[in-house]
Amino acid sequence: MLWGSNARETHPIFFHHVLKAVKRGARLYVVDPRKTSTADWARAWLPVEVGSDIALANAFAHAILAESLEDREFIGRATSGFEEYQKVVERYSPEAMRSVTGVDPDAIRLAARDYATAKNAMICWTLGITEHHNAVDNVLALINLGLLTGHVGKWGSGLNPLRGQNNVQGGGDSGALPHKLPGFQDVEDDEVRSRFERVWGRRIPPKNGWHLTQMFDAMEHGKLTTLYVIGENPAQSEANANHCLKLLRGLEFLVVQDIMMTKTAELADVVLPASASFCEAEGTVTNSERRVQRVRKAVEPPGEARDDIEILSELSKRLEVDIGFSTARAAFDEMRMLSPMHRGMTYERLEALGGIQWPCPDETHPGTPFLHGRLQENPVRGPRAKFHPTEHAPPVDRVDAQFPIRLTTGRRLDSYNTGVQSGGFESPLRRGETLDLSEDDARKLSVLDGERVRVVSRRGSVEAPVRVDPSLRPGLAFMTFHFPEEVDTNLLTIDATDPKSGTAEFKASAIRVEKL
Amino acid sequence: MTQAPPKSVNMRIDGHEVSVPEGSTILDACRKLAVETPTFCWAENLTPVNVCRICVVELEGARTLVPACSRKAEPGMSIRTDSARVRLSRKVVLELLGSSVDMSLSETFAKLKSQYGADPDRFGPRAPRAAAGEREAAEPGHHEVPDGSAAASVGQPVKVDNELFVRDYEKCMLCYKCVEACGTDAQNTFAIAVAGRGFDARISTEFNASLPDSACVFCGNCVGVCPTGALMFKSESDLRERGEWDESKQTVTDTICGYCGVGCQLTLRVQDNRIVRVTSPSDHSVTGGHLCIKGRFGSTFVEGDR
Repeated sequence: MLWGSNARETHPIFFHHVLKAVKRGARLYVVDPRKTSTADWARAWLPVEVGSDIALANAFAHAILAESLEDREFIGRATSGFEEYQKVVERYSPEAMRSVTGVDPDAIRLAARDYATAKNAMICWTLGITEHHNAVDNVLALINLGLLTGHVGKWGSGLNPLRGQNNVQGGGDSGALPHKLPGFQDVEDDEVRSRFERVWGRRIPPKNGWHLTQMFDAMEHGKLTTLYVIGENPAQSEANANHCLKLLRGLEFLVVQDIMMTKTAELADVVLPASASFCEAEGTVTNSERRVQRVRKAVEPPGEARDDIEILSELSKRLEVDIGFSTARAAFDEMRMLSPMHRGMTYERLEALGGIQWPCPDETHPGTPFLHGRLQENPVRGPRAKFHPTEHAPPVDRVDAQFPIRLTTGRRLDSYNTGVQSGGFESPLRRGETLDLSEDDARKLSVLDGERVRVVSRRGSVEAPVRVDPSLRPGLAFMTFHFPEEVDTNLLTIDATDPKSGTAEFKASAIRVEKL
Repeated sequence: MTQAPPKSVNMRIDGHEVSVPEGSTILDACRKLAVETPTFCWAENLTPVNVCRICVVELEGARTLVPACSRKAEPGMSIRTDSARVRLSRKVVLELLGSSVDMSLSETFAKLKSQYGADPDRFGPRAPRAAAGEREAAEPGHHEVPDGSAAASVGQPVKVDNELFVRDYEKCMLCYKCVEACGTDAQNTFAIAVAGRGFDARISTEFNASLPDSACVFCGNCVGVCPTGALMFKSESDLRERGEWDESKQTVTDTICGYCGVGCQLTLRVQDNRIVRVTSPSDHSVTGGHLCIKGRFGSTFVEGDR
């Protein structure tokens, strides 16, 4: 089940594997507000209303419980909190949720039945789940379904976020999170910190740091005045771009380290030109399957561009906190020492095995193809997995008479994020930014395909040509943010964020369309 | 995940006993014994289509030669891979191919040509190139009988209709690999198929549309599997045209794609600090040798104005 994922376009090679399975008889369900090219391959497409995923997931659970298709044995042995969960989902019958989710109750029942009774079943999701003000609850709602049916901790089953960037997994694994040290070890755990402090010879602040959204809040309140940005283009990638730009401009000191002179770099006091990590430097990245893989230097970086790790090393010397190494390999070896899940991954083994999936605790360990296998053991090893009941909460940006159309955002096959990388090749598929509208809305607004219109949200407005898209239902519009120079879509998007993950609700803004 | 080990099949190849797992092909058995068996249209990441006929071997008791690439190994089979009949068949296949198709970029062809003493020129000089569009316009059954003064050929101008890859169908031997990769074996886009009959058969988009107007999504998986250089990165084609393609100056480096989180392995071929071709190993667990438009063609931003 692909939930909030247009994998055919955004993870095309992963989708090759899905197609192989579909041809062997696997049943594919696609949950998406748009009838995407992914949905074209599905046994059924569930046309969920933007932001009603919890209502739909809970309706799935209701349908599964109504037909007694839950895995009682697994629930009893490996989980906790089931009764409380059951009490919550009781209120979410497929019929009652029809008006909320827009999905036919029979379609919910069919998909729920297939999911629950399959020998192996998997839910994969992408930003359709996580770019919401209640992103963490959305994910928990899907996890609940895995626990309800026992589809976790075994080969061919599970719950998988498909990672959007080549090393977003590796970044988190190696501690680029405000509350974690490498290997997902808690910053606020004294024992953990002291192990790192012994190796680093420095005291580590004992409190969690700020995530991105909290950093922007801190900028707003004058508590954060200096920012060092590495390989990120927040001036164009953040929601509510006007507001974000104002905060970046208000900083006392901004350092940007990037492979390109991005819009954010243009605002910087100091720009540190970096080499492109995937082909101008050595190192590792970690993919969606938690596979740590080697990247290697194939070309020389231009001009004065230097390897990220070299820049950090030099910077650390200037700050008199010498990190003590200047190669990716030395950094990785240090991480292996401190992060148990990476310990068995020598560069030699990564080369020989073509990558290793963590956890890999020692040098004889082959790596771990799937997680949470302990939940399938009897008795369960370690703590039980907890159900987290979640409640539907609609998008923050309400659709009303003033802003009657729901705008959702995403990627297209040949482009990527703000176009820093994908702008570098001449794709014959590229047609620039458009406001994609349903035929129905285009007719109602009397706008033609290709006609330029003004798109207005509660935060800003942009001009863009209309593209009539039959994959959209009435009331739903779609844009990307691949071409911020032409159309800065993030002037429209809302910066309402999930309190836990800090992710903004890029997937749900309310807009109106004005003729020019 | 535990599966019973597959049963083995015992057979003989050129008099030697060999045992392979059930489901293996004669080609697998030949390779196990290190018996060299040439292929053009076979690839480990594609379904065999048996069209090039260069891998044929003699199966005792069979009326015709059999394609090693797809024929399953059966208990008690006795195979001869180097009989006079096999050699003659392979030689004629090479001669017909070489007389009608530009095989100049296929190292396999050059090697086999001398190994089998094939003489593609014996059918006479190659007929002149067709004009652009001429081969596509041929109607089934409407052929002039050749006068024998020249060898029929698939010669025609190169098709250049986008900035990513070119199609030089003078080099197309109709191995179907591109069709398979575009279709059910990998991409499932079905932008190309074989159109026409007999000698007019050719790889075509729907209604011969240009690639940008076709269903093509420019994953370049067709380029990745092409064995003759008929489909080629435009960057490579331009360098070759200018006489600047120089493999002695090239390096080949494996790395991981810089776009999404799937983790596709890229093999970057670099000349003069520029990425001139991108492929992926066909045995890689993530890609199976196949990429998308960003992985295949999207790395060039590192060469741009930075």
